[in-house]
Amino acid sequence: MKVINFMGQRKLAILFSLVLLTVAGASLAINQLKWGLDFTGGTLVEVHYSETADLNGIRETMDGGGYAGAVVVSFGTDRDVLIRLPEGYSDSEGAAILALLQDSFAGDVELRRIEFVGPQVGDELREQGGLAMLLALGLVMLYIAFRFQFKFAVGAVVALVHDVVITLGFFSVMGMEFDLTVLAALLAVIGYSLNDTIVVSDRIRENFRKIRKADPVEVINISLTETLGRTLVTSLTTLLVLIALALFGGEMINGFAIALIVGVAIGTYSSIYVAANALLIMGVSKEDLMIPVKEGAEQEDLMP
Amino acid sequence: MLNRYPLWKYLLVIVVVLVGFFYAAPNLYAPDPALQITGESSAQVIDQRTVERALNALDEAGIEHFGEEIAPDGRNALVRLRDRDVQLRAQALASRALGDGFIIALNLAPTTPDWLSNMGAQPMKLGLDLSGGVHFKLEVDTQAAVERRMEYYENAIKRALREERIRGFVAIDDGNRVVARFRDEELRERARRIVSDNHPELALDRVEEGDSWNLYAAMTEQTLNEIIDYSVNQNITTLRNRVNELGVSEPLVQKQGRNRIVVELPGIQDTAEAKRILGKVANLEFRLVANLDAPASEKQRFEYRSEDRAGMSEWLERDLIITGEHVSNAQASFDQNGQPNVQISLDGEGGTLMSRATRNNVKRRMGVLFIERKYRTRYEMQEDGTEVAVKIPFDEKKLLTAPVIQQALGAQFQITGLDSPMEASELALMLRAGALAAPISFVEERTVGPSLGAENIRLGVKSVQMGLALVVVFMVLYYRVFGIAAVIALSCNLVLLVAFMSLIGATLTLPGIAGIVLTVGMAVDANVLIFSRIREELRNGLSPQMAIHAGYERAVATILDANLTTLIVAIILYAVGTGPIKGFAVTLSVGILTSMFTAIMGTRALTNLFYGGRRVESLAIGKDVVGGASA
Repeated sequence: MKVINFMGQRKLAILFSLVLLTVAGASLAINQLKWGLDFTGGTLVEVHYSETADLNGIRETMDGGGYAGAVVVSFGTDRDVLIRLPEGYSDSEGAAILALLQDSFAGDVELRRIEFVGPQVGDELREQGGLAMLLALGLVMLYIAFRFQFKFAVGAVVALVHDVVITLGFFSVMGMEFDLTVLAALLAVIGYSLNDTIVVSDRIRENFRKIRKADPVEVINISLTETLGRTLVTSLTTLLVLIALALFGGEMINGFAIALIVGVAIGTYSSIYVAANALLIMGVSKEDLMIPVKEGAEQEDLMP
Repeated sequence: MLNRYPLWKYLLVIVVVLVGFFYAAPNLYAPDPALQITGESSAQVIDQRTVERALNALDEAGIEHFGEEIAPDGRNALVRLRDRDVQLRAQALASRALGDGFIIALNLAPTTPDWLSNMGAQPMKLGLDLSGGVHFKLEVDTQAAVERRMEYYENAIKRALREERIRGFVAIDDGNRVVARFRDEELRERARRIVSDNHPELALDRVEEGDSWNLYAAMTEQTLNEIIDYSVNQNITTLRNRVNELGVSEPLVQKQGRNRIVVELPGIQDTAEAKRILGKVANLEFRLVANLDAPASEKQRFEYRSEDRAGMSEWLERDLIITGEHVSNAQASFDQNGQPNVQISLDGEGGTLMSRATRNNVKRRMGVLFIERKYRTRYEMQEDGTEVAVKIPFDEKKLLTAPVIQQALGAQFQITGLDSPMEASELALMLRAGALAAPISFVEERTVGPSLGAENIRLGVKSVQMGLALVVVFMVLYYRVFGIAAVIALSCNLVLLVAFMSLIGATLTLPGIAGIVLTVGMAVDANVLIFSRIREELRNGLSPQMAIHAGYERAVATILDANLTTLIVAIILYAVGTGPIKGFAVTLSVGILTSMFTAIMGTRALTNLFYGGRRVESLAIGKDVVGGASA
């Protein structure tokens, strides 16, 4: 089998990752994230008009009704309208807005949803979300260090942080709203990217033990080549369903699907380049893998 | 012989899949829109005549209905409707026909056939984002509860020192501490002994400040937690009672975190009405029982609240002694003779009022009234000929108890002469429910209209179908016969996932559906791993049978590692997430577990059936597009 020289391009890959990380970091610092209602608190009303909605007219109605800061946008179709009030409003505004809109429109205004989130809830959620992410990374690192080896754990976590930061950066650059479902998607990205990285690491470990005369770069190239088919096929099937979800899942699940699509794409790249690269930088060698794990020895017995 | 499963393994796979189909089946039966009729009080029995009245009203309006049933205990009845659009109108008609005293709730009645439901098979519950309804998050102001308790301690200590003639200055220090200042150490020491005897739950601290000898009394962490838990639980009890009034078929009232309460009301659209009922305040009134010769203008008659004394009543004076706002606690307990009693604590002002009122009225009786805000419905004809239901609020006052005053009462007294410990705890519960609970406020509210819920279901189902179709086409094209095995396994995986979720009573939400879609994409990963491995082994020159064997053996360790780490993440999601996120985490974790079973054991069984135990020249497993099979 022809071994692809992945690691020959490792300098380029590092540069590519650094550029992406810098852009993401800069955007997160300057633009920050467009936090959704779940995190900022405030009131959101989604209504369905029986005829095409006149956004400007609705804005005027809102201004006239004393909601000067309201954001009025169409949501999915030209009959669905989303109105957002920034934080500081009370929990009774939703129903009041609905009545105001119905009064100023001859046809039917149908309530789709009202959401009110108090400011303190939002703050806590942000804290919890960050905590969940750190906890996930920490536990995963422990598990890999236990099952594989410390350097693999560092490699995996570097890859995960890489994926999460770039996905966050994507949301920041595109100005897409970051809500609870996107946070869930991000945690799913951690799970997915990890899955990929572990499959590759598993093969690297196996080959380090199997191939006697080869330097680390070669071993990693062989392992990556061997797993490439699987990596691409799994990413493809996952992307297929995610695209189906993004196209047919409706507006409420759109951010979730987009976050996962970006995350899976980046995760596929990082499992090939970032984790393996990190291993090389840390100087992984045969000795790292020979002594410890007992399961490894049993696996070797299965070789033909 | 390679690649042959023993019979029991085939049987295991078949049994698991069949059980899966069985428990997933209820989800295929669409529920009927229905009305649920219950009585406002638990004593109200729903009989055939009541139901007939409601049905007649529906018949007159031409609303089709069927399959009415009355629960064996007569507590509720169910009327199924043909059409979901008429549900709201049917509800209005039925409540009109039955009048006050009955609650008509919108419901989706499962249509699970008896042979399924007898085995415990039930459809999945739908989350609010799919069924439509209201979600509230309320926050209990626990600080207020703590402050009330501090005031109580301040007064209790003041009184105790006064009785012992210890001179000192007592005040609340900073909300969580009471400080007592004394002139010398001896006074402080005597005070300390009294306080620690009376209130062993307080942590005492001695500090000298200039020429003042100070004693600080603070609540221990444990007492503080108890007060907070108590005030939250008290609110939950009250909210449960009120939610029942709203007429919701499956409400949820649940504690979340330290001081939050989540209330979910499926099917409710009118949030204003819901909030009014949830936020209303019950109350208590303490009044003297009127003397027999009192003029009618000075007394009022009240009925007893409990069912045992239904129809009995007492005359009470019009003047009231105190209201529930002054009651800081009520606890069922036993006196030194082992007789059940209820201990009542009042705040300082309440204590003063109580002692003033009872001092000269020993041997008379005192009535305790429980006041609830209720609504009467009146139907008004509007100008355009339509009829609207108008809810008119009124206070319903009923007598809880009327014990004899044995001596002058203060801030703490007890009600004795109760028949049983159960009666005591019931009375204490009612007193607490009537006392002003720690204030609550709404911190989160989400309303999903029924049309959005229905649309979310439709979109969710469509994306699962599309995702599944895409993966099926790809897998069969890329892996041929093995692809078919993987696709069968994937379908079984979906069935098992749905079955498991139905069985554990998990709630399906929109993110939950997204989790299912994601599972479809990721579940084939295990098979992809196995199949790539088999292809590799074929390239390495192994015979087809050996390749299948080695491929499965070697891939399993990798699959376990990869899935276990994903499971870790899913569990963290479940632990820290709320509401919809939890739904996603549940489907993801269940999906991982079922996919390991179907992808490893399920496909192995299929491949073994197809290829195992015979001579095979080549495997229909497709070719690697990348990596090249040239070597």
